[in-house]
Formats: sequence, C-alpha cells, structure tokens
Amino acid sequence: MASKRSDSKKVSRRKFLVKGGLGTIGVVAIGAYLFRSPIRRQILGVVNSLEAPYLDNIDQPMIWFEVTSDNNILLYSPKMEMGQGTFTGIAQMAAEELSVSMNQIQVVHAASSTGNVDSFATGGSTSISGLWKPLRELSAMLRVMLLKQAALKMNVDVDQLSVEDGLISGNGKTLTYAQAAAGVENWEVPDVPALKDAKDYKYIGQPVARVDLDAKVYGDPIFGMDAEMPDMLYGAVVRPFKIGSTFISADTKAAENMPGVVKIVVENDFVGVVANSMLEAEKAKDAIIVTWNSYDNLNTEAIVKMMTVGNGKSSVIQKNGDSFNDQDKVEILEFRSPIGAHAQIEPNGVVAFVDGDSATIKISTQVVSITRKEVAKRLDLDVENVNVIPTYLGGGFGRRLHTPHAVQAAILSKAVGKPVKYFFSRKEEFEHDMFRPPTHHVIKGKLNAEGYLDGLEHQFVSGDVATDSALVPNALTNFLGADVGAIRGGFIQYTAIPNFKAECWHVELPFATSWWRSLGLLANTFAMESFMDEMALKANKNAVDFRLNQIAAEPIDIRLKNVIKAAAEKANYSEEVKDGRAMGFAASIDANTPCAQVAEVSIVNNEIVVHKVTVAMDPGLAVNPDQIRAQCEGCIIMGMSAVLYEQMFVEDGELTPTIYGPYQMALMKNAPKEIDVVLLQGKDTPGAVGEPPLGPIGAAIANAVRRLTGERLTEMPLKLSKKT
Amino acid sequence: MEISLTVNGVSKTVDIADENTPLLWVVRDTLDLKGTKFGCGKAACGACTLHVDGEAVRSCSYPVKFADGKEVTTIEGLGDRENPHPVQQAWIEEIVPQCGYCQPGFMMATAALLNKVPKPTDEDIDKNIINVCRCGTYYRMRKAIYKAAKLQAEKVINESKEA
Repeated sequence: MASKRSDSKKVSRRKFLVKGGLGTIGVVAIGAYLFRSPIRRQILGVVNSLEAPYLDNIDQPMIWFEVTSDNNILLYSPKMEMGQGTFTGIAQMAAEELSVSMNQIQVVHAASSTGNVDSFATGGSTSISGLWKPLRELSAMLRVMLLKQAALKMNVDVDQLSVEDGLISGNGKTLTYAQAAAGVENWEVPDVPALKDAKDYKYIGQPVARVDLDAKVYGDPIFGMDAEMPDMLYGAVVRPFKIGSTFISADTKAAENMPGVVKIVVENDFVGVVANSMLEAEKAKDAIIVTWNSYDNLNTEAIVKMMTVGNGKSSVIQKNGDSFNDQDKVEILEFRSPIGAHAQIEPNGVVAFVDGDSATIKISTQVVSITRKEVAKRLDLDVENVNVIPTYLGGGFGRRLHTPHAVQAAILSKAVGKPVKYFFSRKEEFEHDMFRPPTHHVIKGKLNAEGYLDGLEHQFVSGDVATDSALVPNALTNFLGADVGAIRGGFIQYTAIPNFKAECWHVELPFATSWWRSLGLLANTFAMESFMDEMALKANKNAVDFRLNQIAAEPIDIRLKNVIKAAAEKANYSEEVKDGRAMGFAASIDANTPCAQVAEVSIVNNEIVVHKVTVAMDPGLAVNPDQIRAQCEGCIIMGMSAVLYEQMFVEDGELTPTIYGPYQMALMKNAPKEIDVVLLQGKDTPGAVGEPPLGPIGAAIANAVRRLTGERLTEMPLKLSKKT
Repeated sequence: MEISLTVNGVSKTVDIADENTPLLWVVRDTLDLKGTKFGCGKAACGACTLHVDGEAVRSCSYPVKFADGKEVTTIEGLGDRENPHPVQQAWIEEIVPQCGYCQPGFMMATAALLNKVPKPTDEDIDKNIINVCRCGTYYRMRKAIYKAAKLQAEKVINESKEA
C-alpha cells in the first residue's frame, strides 16, 4: 500500500534556511530541504504488489520562495514543467496556504547553482503527490513568518491579523507581504501550523487555467531550443547510425575547410564540429567520414526472436495458490508490442558554455542533478561550478531522463572557448532514442464450472526500462529481481482469483531502451485486459461483471471496482454492436491510481476508427480537475497512437524509420471526437495522474474490435487481418 | 544575398549567404523570433508553420529566397496579449496547450484555414490540420478551432458595425 512516509514527518525547522536581500530591496528567500525518502526502502518495502513499486522521486529537493517587492511570490520549482501541468498544481497549493491570489504566484524552474533542484528526476507521475504535503506546509510556515513580522511592524497582536491576497490587515491597519518582509534579517521559524481544511479550499480543487498558458499561446521563447548565450556558436556531433557501433577512425579533411567551420574536435571516439550556424555545423558533420564496426545484419525478426518468453532470466513478481500443472486445460493467448519511439516534437539539445573551471548549461531535461554531475565528471570540473539552468520541455515522456548531449556540447564549448548550441536533427532523434522496449506476453487462464477464473498466469518479457539507466543505481533497479519499470501493469489485479502468478523475463537488447511514458503499463495492460475480455467471452459473461466478480476487497480493489462501475455507467456500456459500432472495456491500476475506459469503435475502409472514449479514474484528491482531464485526453490519444500506428523496425542494423509520417502517429483526423472523463475521489490526498490513463486504452480498442469483427488482435500496432 | 521581406508588419532586409537557407532559420536566428519551432526539418510535423502572404507554409523546408518581397507572419505577429487573434483567444479559453512546443504551428495552420474556410466542418479540419502533437491535445484543439471560427465571425460582425 501507499507509503505513509509523507504523512509521518513534518518539515523540520532545523532544515529551514532563510536568506535576506538577494540584491533587491524587500526580497526575502525562504527555503527548506524536504525530507529524505530512501529509494531503497521505497522499492524493497513494497511487497504487495498491485502497486508496482515506483521510485518516489522527491529524494531531497528544496523549495525556494521569494517575496518580491511588488508583493508577488516567486516559487522556484524543483520539478520541471513538460506539459503535465505541475507548475499550475504547485501554484494552486502554494497560493492556498499563503493566502495570495493565483496571479500573485509566479512559478519558475530552479537552477542547480542555487542547489534547490530535485536530486533525482521529474517523472513517474509523482510531482504533485510528492509535493502535496511539504509544499503546503512550507507555504503555511511562510505565511506565519510574514504575519509575525507584520505584527511587529503594525504593533498589532498577531492573533488579530488576517490576510487575503497577500494583504495583511488588523486593527484598522494594512500591510502587504512585501512590506512585512522588507528589511527583516532575523526570521523566526515557526512550527508547522495547521493546514487548511479541504472545505475551505479556494484554489485547490478548482479547474484554474494553466499558469504557462499565455507564454505558450503567444510563442514566448521558453524552451531549450530557444535558449541562447552571447557570442554563441553551433555544434554537431557525428554519431553512428547502426546498432552496436564502435569507433574505428575519422576522416575530417573534407569538413575542415567548409564554410562557417570553426573547429573540428576529435577526442577518442568523440567526433564533433563547431560552426557559425546550425546549418553549417550540420553540413560539416555530414562531410566527416567515420568508420564504425557495427551489427550490419541485425533485423526486426531477430529482435522479435530474442524478445520471447523463456529467453533471458526470469523473476516471479507475484504468486498466490498453485501453478498450472500439465493436466490443466488452459486457454493460452500470446501478445506482442513493438519498439516504440518517444517522438517528442522538441528535439533534444542544449546550450553549453565551459568558461575556465566553471560551466553553464541551458537544457530541457528531466534530470537536472544527473546532467550536472555528468558534465562535471567528463569535463573534470567541481560539481559546484556547473550550473544547469532548466527550461520548459517541449515534451518529456521519459525521453529526457538521460541527457548526455549536455556533456557533448560542453566538450565542444571547451574546445572553442565559447558557448555552443547543439541540437539533434530529427533523424538523430529517432536513431538515438532510448526506445520503449518491445515485449512478448504469454497468458494462461483456466475457467471453473461457474465461468470464473480458477487460475491466471502472466509471463512476459521486456528489454531494459530501469535497468542500466543513468537515473537509477544498478542495485536499485529491480524488484524481486525484475526490472521495476518493465513490471508496471504486469501484475494480476483480479486477486480474488484463487491461483495466480506473474513472472517477468528480462532480455538485454543490443540497443538502448528505457523509460517511455507509463513504462510497462501500456503493453502489459493491453495484453492482460485483452485476455480478460477473451475469458469473459469464453465464459459467456458480460465483460464488466466478469471483472467485478474477480476483484478482491482491499481499499485499492474497492477503488478499482468503483472506476469500473463508473466508466460502464457513464458510457452506457453495452455488448451489442449498434450501427456498425462496438464498445470495448478495459481497466488498470498504475501507481495506485485505478482507471477504466470504454472505447467506441467502428471499422471504416478496413481501418480501426475510435469515435469516443469514456474514462473513469480515481487519482485521489484532484488539485486541478481540468489538468487531470487534459492528462486523460492526452494519454488516450498518445496511447491510441502507440496501439494503432507506431512501430520502429530494425533493418540491416539500423533503427528505422527516422521521420514523422513513416513513423506513423495519430493525427487530428484519428483522435476521438468525444472524450468523456469522470473523476472519482477515493482518497483524500492527490495521487498519480500523468501516466495511469495510458493503461486501458489498448485493450479497450482491441476488445471493441473483437466484438465488432470476431477477430482477436494480439499485436501492437493493431492491424485488421481481413476485410470486414 | 539581400532579401527584403515584411515580417509581422515590419519591413526587414536580411543578408543571407545561402539563398536556400530555410526561412525557419532566418526567422529564428537572424530575426530572433523564437515562436516558430524546429521539429523535423523535413516538413513532416508542422511545428515550423508560419504564413507567407497569408498562406500556411512549413518554413523548415521553404528557402528564404522565395520569401523575397513577401509578407511573413509568425505567431508573434498573429496577435498579442493586448489584442489576441481569435485563434489565440480560443486556445486560451479551451486551455489547449500541454508542453506547448507544437502549438504555434497549429495556431498558424488554423488561422490560415479560417481565412479560407471561415466555418470549417470536421472534414475541413481533418484534411487541413495535419501537424503532429505528441501530448495529444487534438481533442481540445478541435473544440478551440470551432470556438475560434465563432470568435472570428463575431469579430467581423463587430468590426462591420463599427465601420
């Protein structure tokens, strides 16, 4: 069950830091370390397993506030904004306890120079849930500190003061927060005051507009791609385009005299170029001939063969009752998912400046601290002297949990003594993605005389997700021996079934695979919930009732039942094919957030068309219901894109395709015209939002197709085999 | 070579070594207008969409020489905080953006569509709005496109009343 860590401790006064000044009159910055949450305990402490252990990523971030002289609050976020709406949620939480209006709060990314960034990463749907308690406590403490200073300045007893929109009043007098803070050098740090009751919330729970809405609608230069530094040059790095390449030699002659070229840099197997413009750098890079050793004969078939249950090493991650024996008459289905690309629209890139013994890095990344350490290590700099300044991300999705290009740009910058901007071409972005690994699933089930499952077994194999990543130390990447990312969604959630087992196999692929939004959830749920649907059909039972009857009675099970019922009711779920349309049902639990979906599907010109998706999700307390709806809509469209269209191939050792179009993705014409979201609140704290809705969509679509055509589609991307 | 063009209503002359340089880089790096985005460089995603003489153009694959003597409009010139374009107003009302990176391209494509087809149908939208959004904001975009069409029609009526 969910860790009680964040409920058991309060912000410690000893860890509260106060700074005055910052060069601006009336400005004060206040911060505090959040408590440590040992990652190891997080992982090993989870034994029950519906809730895949996820790396709670608030290891030791700090939060800084500044009260500015114009009576606004600057909130330095340790979490990155990549579209998931975290900035808006944290602004709501802070405004609530600080008693300021939403437009008095400005959220900005913290930079590593001030030491207040997250030491781990932004990801895993944990930002709002992780900051829920500490951020509100810090905000409330700041309010009390300001009130105490105001009491002294106003000569009014603190108990007689009230505050609204950052304006303190009492005994007929008023003072702004900025006035209260001005000139104060010795702050008294209070105990954590009582937080607001939910019934008194003014901002939490409201569908307020995104705080970054204007910047994004008017085209402000907020992304890594837009970053610049004075006197900046442009870089490009020669990278192999085949899998498993090792460097042999580089011939740079042709590139050396090309227009705009400033310097060619060859250091061991690193070959890069610095030029006056991005296009000149690209052209020079293309003129450098590097000879590589590579796996020329590798193809998709070989990868599929490797990625088959029974290969690699396995770990039983969940078991109850007996395993199947040879005499059992079992139903067996196999499923597969392909290699998936992140395909975020902003390519990875960075502006780096190595200036003597210090470095400045502007980058869109999900891992500020890791990037900082990597640059320091490779350039032999003190970590303290490397300042990583994060920008807004033009999409994260896990792609920016590893940003080694910061190191590459730093090498180029050091070679020329000037800032260097280096961005991937789209081809490089596809070739060097850290892909979603392909998977294979073998699922067995045995029905009893009443038509319910007596036994259910999920055997699945995946490439690396968390294993060998820069993000997580190796010892921490596994749960009972399995990859913590690959197992997301792989557990059996119908634990009223008497006998069940989930076993995860791990195969190391010859190319990099890693975190892709929701990790194993997309493929695992596609397989498991398709199988459940097939069993319901076999048992001649309604798919919703079949599920409800095999769910146990723990609190999370009750929440799962509730979302299943709510989705079925809202969609008016029916197993009848009407006007050429059928409904498909599926449900999942991810990171303690249950979600159920109904997809309404038809076949047009032998293509699967998704008309409407109904979602019921219980993320706990909804800090911003509109942004939760937006995450549901986005997950459904990203998920259907992956399930219906997306697939990377391996041809003669190359990962392909390397451009949008051939790498087919959902477009406007493919997106459902109706998405109906129902939010339930089965617990009083916020839970995971940004990934859980990716779970059910694949099976919901496949189950609708099964009811429409009789065909059970078992491979992503889903393709109809015959004309219907 | 020297290229003269009007950008967001202002005349500009730029000296570009290679006349085949994509307009995108001239807009972003020479004119320092960063709202037009680089996504793929092959006219496959639409993040770089801007207007040349009112037509939606994927500027990553549009040589700057073709813009000589023409009017270029970027997201910065579509509207601003004081005077938003109906498309921007609709995008705000529907809270469309997530990561936001592809959104200027979509707004420019939508503005061009509404100039030609003031009351688009679903089919018009599906056929003309073919940019790529990874966050999956298409559902809200469709609603925003209909709202923008409505706002634009009201604006036209109001302006004709004032005249």
